[in-house]
Amino acid sequence: MKAQSLTAALLSVAFLCLFLGIWHLATLPKGEAQAAVDEYAKLLGKGAKKSDGFPTLQQLGEAAWTQLRDPLYDRGANDKGIGIQLGHSLARVGAGYALAILFAVPLGFLIGMSPLLHRALNPFVQVLKPISPLAWMPLALYTIKDSSVSGVFVIFICSVWPMLINTAFGVASVRRDWLNVARTLEVPPLRKAFAVILPAAAPTILTGMRISIGIAWLVIVAAEMLVGGTGIGYFVWNEWNNLNLTNVIFAILVIGVVGMLLDFLIGRLQRAVTYVE
Amino acid sequence: MSFLEIQALARRYGSATVFEQVNFAMEKGEFVCIIGHSGCGKTTILNILAGLDRASEGVVVMDNREVAGPSLDRGVVFQGHALMPWLSVLGNIAFAVRSRWAQWNRIQVQTHCQKFIDLVGLTGAEHKKPAELSGGMKQRVGIARAFAIQPKMLLLDEPFGALDALTRGTIQDELVRICAATRQTVFMITHDVDEAILLADRILLMSNGPNACIAEIVENTLAKPRDRHNVHHDPQYYRIRNHLVDFLVNRSKLYQTGELRRPAQPPHVRPGLHDAASAKIVNLRH
Repeated sequence: MKAQSLTAALLSVAFLCLFLGIWHLATLPKGEAQAAVDEYAKLLGKGAKKSDGFPTLQQLGEAAWTQLRDPLYDRGANDKGIGIQLGHSLARVGAGYALAILFAVPLGFLIGMSPLLHRALNPFVQVLKPISPLAWMPLALYTIKDSSVSGVFVIFICSVWPMLINTAFGVASVRRDWLNVARTLEVPPLRKAFAVILPAAAPTILTGMRISIGIAWLVIVAAEMLVGGTGIGYFVWNEWNNLNLTNVIFAILVIGVVGMLLDFLIGRLQRAVTYVE
Repeated sequence: MSFLEIQALARRYGSATVFEQVNFAMEKGEFVCIIGHSGCGKTTILNILAGLDRASEGVVVMDNREVAGPSLDRGVVFQGHALMPWLSVLGNIAFAVRSRWAQWNRIQVQTHCQKFIDLVGLTGAEHKKPAELSGGMKQRVGIARAFAIQPKMLLLDEPFGALDALTRGTIQDELVRICAATRQTVFMITHDVDEAILLADRILLMSNGPNACIAEIVENTLAKPRDRHNVHHDPQYYRIRNHLVDFLVNRSKLYQTGELRRPAQPPHVRPGLHDAASAKIVNLRH
């Protein structure tokens, strides 16, 4: 087992090297081809000033170093450090996600406990669930009239469904035996909810929360591209407008790493509440 | 009036009757087993006694109070042990103890739990999770949990069904010992004829369902305390055993066909004392 994980790690490094190698080779300065392009540019009257093109590994490294060396600088609306942008995004995700938990877990509890409520609310959930969260944006902007809060709302609306559905499912499928134990012990309803149903359904609820955090982190980038102002999504879009592909690639990497960390965090929580039957 | 009175109990689903006209009584400190083929409604009767299910007709009165729902007065040991897998052995028992004595502090709860953990021989496994325990150990936790709330009556739904013969024997011995020590009133479902003879003071025989009834009540005349290793040397043992097996194999189905009449009050028989009992039953045929 240990030997296999070592082999896997070596293989991962090998794949990384292969990928970086291809990147490196593909972005080597091209003699003739570049000259032809330059000539074409000249013909078009754009002068010889060549654009950067796809960044080399070295350029990416330099950009990353510059960004990471001073992640919290703030030089006006369009020039903020990656740390500040990430902070804005995480704050929005955190707020929307927390609201979604406060809404979805109690409601999911009720739906899971009451088959009647489940049947009554199911059509709404089924219709609302497949709506792209971004489709809510105009409505949110119109009603809330604040782009930042609208972002929070969009995160809320996209995180709420997996949590709601999973909580309801988890609560509804708590083993009858455990509920019967609680009944024969005359456990009052509130204690039953917190001491029996919640721990029994916790792994399923956390599964929903894990799906939600993934979706929320996907959506926040798109939402911030749309509304602008601050955030990692806005950063990406802004750097694209600056034609700074190096920073775009760096931001993509950062989004990936942060998304992984968020998933890891909820994954740890999920492991903590999971039980073996 | 007896400690537990069951009068004209019936359970119907729509027009289908699982059992009807179930009458029996239990005294305090008595150990009663109920035997019958699957589908005769044994578990339903136990669930009605526990308050987990409702009877269609009839009443259950325990200690002069009608049973109208689950109560801490009746401890249940479930067939599938029903331990909460996220709690340790101690946690599972403490959950029950805190339900009974909400005002107790941590130390009181812990001491009380420990007493019952020791009683079922699980000392040292207090902090293990159910998943780390063997089937026999899990069932012991279930028994400790039911005993720990010190109910007036204990209901056991085929508690040893899933255990291997060796473990089953050890736990049966423990149950005999604990019941003798605590003078606990016990109602137990079993499929095991030998288990019933070892444990029960009286054995209720149920005819086949649907439309099941209690056909006979067999009094266990073997002297107590009964020892699993020697009990079968008693000449009474095989008379009782044969009577029970005969019932399960031959007579239990005759009540449906009408070859045997359903008794309003099931006859008490003592097959251990003489062979006349079976003859008496034969006389009931039309």
